[in-house]
Amino acid sequence: MSAASTRIPRRDFLKTSASIGSGLCIAAYIPELAARTLENPLASSAVFAPNAFVRISPDDSVTIIANHSEMGQGVYTSLPMLLNEELESDWSKIKVEPAPVDAAYNHTVFGLQMTGGSTTTPSEWERFRKMGAMARLMLIDAAAQKWNVPASECTVEKGVVIHKASGRKATYGSLVAAASQSKPPTDIPLKDPKQFTLIGKSVRRLDTPSKTNGTAQFGLDVRIPGMLFALVARPPVFGGKVVSFDATETLKIKGVRAVEQIPSGVAVIATAFWPAKLGREKLKITWDDGENANLSTPQMLADFSKQSASPGNIAKKTGDPSAALASAAKSITAEYDVPYLAHCMMEPLNCVVDLRADSCELWTGTQFETVDRASAARVAGLPPEKVKLNTTLLGGGFGRRANVASDFVVEAVHVARVAKAPVKVIWTREDDLAGGWYRPMWHDRFAAGLDAQGNPVAWTHTIVGQSILTGTAFEPYGVKDGIDSASVEGAADLLYGIPNLQVDLHSPKIGVPVQWWRSVGHSHTGFSVEGFFDEVAHAGGKDPYELRRTLLANQPRMLAVLNLVAEKGGWGKPLAPGRGRGIATHFSFDTYVAQVVEASVEKDGTVRVHRVVCAVDCGRTINPDIVKAQMEGGIVFGLTAALKTEITLENGRVQQHNFYDYPMLRMFESPEIEVHIVPSEQSPTGVGEPSVPPVAPALTNAIFAVTGKRIRRLPIRASDLAAGSETKS
Amino acid sequence: MTSFFLNGKSVTVDDDPSTPLLWVIRDSLGLTGTKFGCGMALCGACTVHLDGAAIRSCVAPLSRVAGKHVTTIEGLSSDLSHPLQRAWIEVDVPQCGYCQSGQIMSAAVLLKENPKPTDKDIDEAMSGNICRCGTYSRIRRAIHRAAELGVEKRTS
Amino acid sequence: MNATSAGRKNIFSFLISALILVFLFAVCKIATIHAAPPNPKPDAAASREAFLQVYKVFTSPRCQNCHPFGDSPLQGDDSHVHLQNVVRGKDGHGVYGMRCNTCHQSANLSGEHLPPGNPKWSLPAPEHKMIIVGRTPAELCRQLKDPKQTGGRSLPQLLEHVSTDDLVGWAWNPGTGRTLPPLSRADTVAQMKIWIDGGAACPQ
Repeated sequence: MSAASTRIPRRDFLKTSASIGSGLCIAAYIPELAARTLENPLASSAVFAPNAFVRISPDDSVTIIANHSEMGQGVYTSLPMLLNEELESDWSKIKVEPAPVDAAYNHTVFGLQMTGGSTTTPSEWERFRKMGAMARLMLIDAAAQKWNVPASECTVEKGVVIHKASGRKATYGSLVAAASQSKPPTDIPLKDPKQFTLIGKSVRRLDTPSKTNGTAQFGLDVRIPGMLFALVARPPVFGGKVVSFDATETLKIKGVRAVEQIPSGVAVIATAFWPAKLGREKLKITWDDGENANLSTPQMLADFSKQSASPGNIAKKTGDPSAALASAAKSITAEYDVPYLAHCMMEPLNCVVDLRADSCELWTGTQFETVDRASAARVAGLPPEKVKLNTTLLGGGFGRRANVASDFVVEAVHVARVAKAPVKVIWTREDDLAGGWYRPMWHDRFAAGLDAQGNPVAWTHTIVGQSILTGTAFEPYGVKDGIDSASVEGAADLLYGIPNLQVDLHSPKIGVPVQWWRSVGHSHTGFSVEGFFDEVAHAGGKDPYELRRTLLANQPRMLAVLNLVAEKGGWGKPLAPGRGRGIATHFSFDTYVAQVVEASVEKDGTVRVHRVVCAVDCGRTINPDIVKAQMEGGIVFGLTAALKTEITLENGRVQQHNFYDYPMLRMFESPEIEVHIVPSEQSPTGVGEPSVPPVAPALTNAIFAVTGKRIRRLPIRASDLAAGSETKS
Repeated sequence: MTSFFLNGKSVTVDDDPSTPLLWVIRDSLGLTGTKFGCGMALCGACTVHLDGAAIRSCVAPLSRVAGKHVTTIEGLSSDLSHPLQRAWIEVDVPQCGYCQSGQIMSAAVLLKENPKPTDKDIDEAMSGNICRCGTYSRIRRAIHRAAELGVEKRTS
Repeated sequence: MNATSAGRKNIFSFLISALILVFLFAVCKIATIHAAPPNPKPDAAASREAFLQVYKVFTSPRCQNCHPFGDSPLQGDDSHVHLQNVVRGKDGHGVYGMRCNTCHQSANLSGEHLPPGNPKWSLPAPEHKMIIVGRTPAELCRQLKDPKQTGGRSLPQLLEHVSTDDLVGWAWNPGTGRTLPPLSRADTVAQMKIWIDGGAACPQ
């Protein structure tokens, strides 16, 4: 998610956090740690826990406490790398444990415990290294005192403190008791990056073995004694309510224990998943559809288009775009559309709740610990400290598991209350797809004015789509003067040097719950801006790569990424017959990405994506192979959106159900992907999301190159390209 | 009561014979490496072996496996020694990891029947398994690598 | 590869392993059919008309989805290419971990969009693909009568196959949410018989 993240304020946040990190954070985070947060399973004297993020045992094992959730992006490896770069323990002794919910674990930028916005590394880059250094200094101090030598004469190698002059050595494990008595240092210097031994290396992921033998535990795998299973029948229209229900047939199913109404629908509680599912199919429910029963996608498309023709709230204005357009030698206009999209994580939503009179324990794969715990506490009628939330591995997140309303957690607590037993609430794929909290549907209307040489001199962009943050607790952080910064990111901060620029925003209120979805606002601006830019280049008779170079002259990092991708992608070089090449750039989450896509179109309009070349500048890379994996994954994610998926509504009802009508890109459709990382010594920036935005436009630009057909609406439809695809205009 | 062999051990369950094998394995027998993704044989997350052939356990009724041998990801090897597991680790295939049990179980049948698959063979064998994280290119690489490791194993 | 030339041997046969048995069985049955009095006056017009009825059935999604052009089965009432890149394989039962019975059971599962099932669920084997998709009535008619494409199978054998084969019969019991062929099985068989008895005339 991007929440308060939206770019411009976030940069300031990051500056702030950097200063916090350099000193304040120690004071703010450490003292409460050893004392309160870390209630170690072992006796406190038996382990060394200098701060909230690391625990060392006498057997030399090092447990690193991850305050960000592992949802595939590799943080259970990159966070330990950051910490151990300074701790210098034996990497093979490292274990990772998810953090409990505690203010000590709050995101250094967003101020709550969460994972999202491609910000784990930016948030923890400094803090985790400091936490590791702090532990190392205390261990050295303990050894030095024991040996009665100056600490400055001691060095560390793979978890062993060494005093060279005397030849003495002590393992970290042997120093646990002594180090626990050491005074936390007040000054914690960090290594010069030139001395890094872990950071920058493609260290293998720590979680891979458990993900190849079935032992990795996701939320859906949690089982606690006496646990029941529940499915919930939810209204077919957003905002609908139960009028009445008849559970007679449901209760006849062997294994069904109870059927109870809860605020979000009707819960079927059973001894296992299958009877709950069979039971739910037998439920007869009368719904009050409420006010959203007329929602329909065609109507919304028409409404959005109409709205985009009128001025909205101005998100950005430089120069005099109207005058520049009026006096331009040539002008072009276009409208772009993208649909609602579901996150569709492979692991459907789920939550285990053990609700007692004076406590509540939850297990779930969440990106939003602070919010979820507070929400659960509210429903349970308990103070937050009586609620224990255990973060499991996430079978994908993509933003869905960072829900402002904690929908899947709140509901599960309601179910637990009526189940009167520990319960696991499971969503089916159908529940997940119809469950809302989608990437908003967007409409983008553009006009550009070109001078006599074909260079763009004016660019106007009117965006229509729901605000994610308005009406939520996060509104104050991301919405200003009617502009939700997540709606206009990637548009209002255009890197291209166009002198007259205007971005307007309409934020219609529609009863479909929307949410951040991998790359958030960039997921539509990447497509529309880079697609329209290609149109501008062609209208002006320019090569799309060359025009980008010209207009990025003052953006050296993006320019370098663009040049690299053009070189590696063979821009301008001959192609296999029938193939086209498209190029796109996008700046998001402080990361620069450019991609070249090679594609062809078959006679029936089927698009084949053959090759994607990606260049990225994300500052210093912690683990280059993980960066590459994130680029690869984002490209497939973006291609699925470009080629396959849309959520549509008819009579307020979601029309998609499962992978047969919400299809994912599969192996045989998956292109060869090449990732090139621009070496950088700048601070690390996000990598989880930034490869998503440019792939759709690079693809549609490639399709234009080979067919002469301009795609302005996603997903790409074979019918838009069938027949005549062999002719190039 | 239905009996079958799960990872070599005889098991007996009293689930209704129409219950999908997936839920018998997960809920009744407590092995959770086999995953639920769609419930309609569309994503492959629930892939297990039935007498050595891949099946989608989410749509296979318990009655189908009576008396037969079912292998889940937990039964592939006891020590991560299967060439696919070694290759998966070497290539660092998984991201979230949720689909990978199914991917590996599908790939295991491919390699057993075709020890040196081409890219086209991989496309045909693996397109029933969805990975939302988009690890396809690494799965492909790891299958090729496992094929090499398998050859090493056979010749060593 | 030319799909037409590849499918010349036999017709509507789904199990190589059972091929010989099926053949022997069919021969016995044909003897019975032949024993019946032949239609004294072939009526070419009626025969052609009947074939067009049969053609409608054969080209309905329930039949043609497993008689595709190429080696990928089709799905659904819109006959789209099977989503999972399923291929025919050496025996018509798919490949590796993507065999038909990886997902398809011996019977239909209840509920829409769940895999349909039959013990013999498969495509025709590659030696006798019997492509229906894309064939005009005249082409399909000639194909059915061409011994090179039917592997020497006679028209009565075909009739027998359509009348009694279990997998063919699935088309009339396709499970929830799938449209039926335009004619019942009995009517299809009756029309086929009219076509054959009338001289198996082909539309132009």
